[in-house]
Amino acid sequence: MNALLEGSVWFAQLCFAVAMVNAALGIMRGPTAQDRVLAFDTLYINGMLTLLLFGVRWMSSVHFEVAMLIALFGFVGSASLAMFLYRGEVIEP
Amino acid sequence: MMPDVPAWAAVPATILLIVGGLLTLVGSIGLLRLPNFFMRIHSVSMGNTLGVGSVLIASMLIASSVAGRPVLHELLITLFIVFSAPITAIVLMQAAIRRTKPRK
Repeated sequence: MNALLEGSVWFAQLCFAVAMVNAALGIMRGPTAQDRVLAFDTLYINGMLTLLLFGVRWMSSVHFEVAMLIALFGFVGSASLAMFLYRGEVIEP
Repeated sequence: MMPDVPAWAAVPATILLIVGGLLTLVGSIGLLRLPNFFMRIHSVSMGNTLGVGSVLIASMLIASSVAGRPVLHELLITLFIVFSAPITAIVLMQAAIRRTKPRK
């Protein structure tokens, strides 16, 4: 039963790694600026999930905290980039 | 390495992990292959939210079955992603609507 679970953790991490490669390609070649922001959003969410599955595999809670920090700061970054594209400035005077 | 996980937690966690990985992978392939920005943001935000939800539920199942008591701190990340991903998507869609030229 444990081998099944470990194999599925490997499979999910492989999927997230391929998704991160796709997001990096999207950042490099996205035709407009909003495509690049969208690819950045995908990239940080997939990195957070990969780190969370490392925490599942090694049974440590440090990885969970790092994943929560990545979620927080990634949301701040991508939301401020999107606000900049929307308004032209991040914090309104 | 991984301690022994009982079968009632291992089988649903396996299914949830495989489904979540495939959903996220399909969403990010759509990021490269779909022709229009609005189609791309559709596939990516759907796939990411569903994939994050299923992977975090699987992680919660494994952690609570190993610890022997309900471990709910993955629920923090789930709530945060569920609240924050639509905000980014809405602002990005409005920015894209404003920045694309109107069709003649």
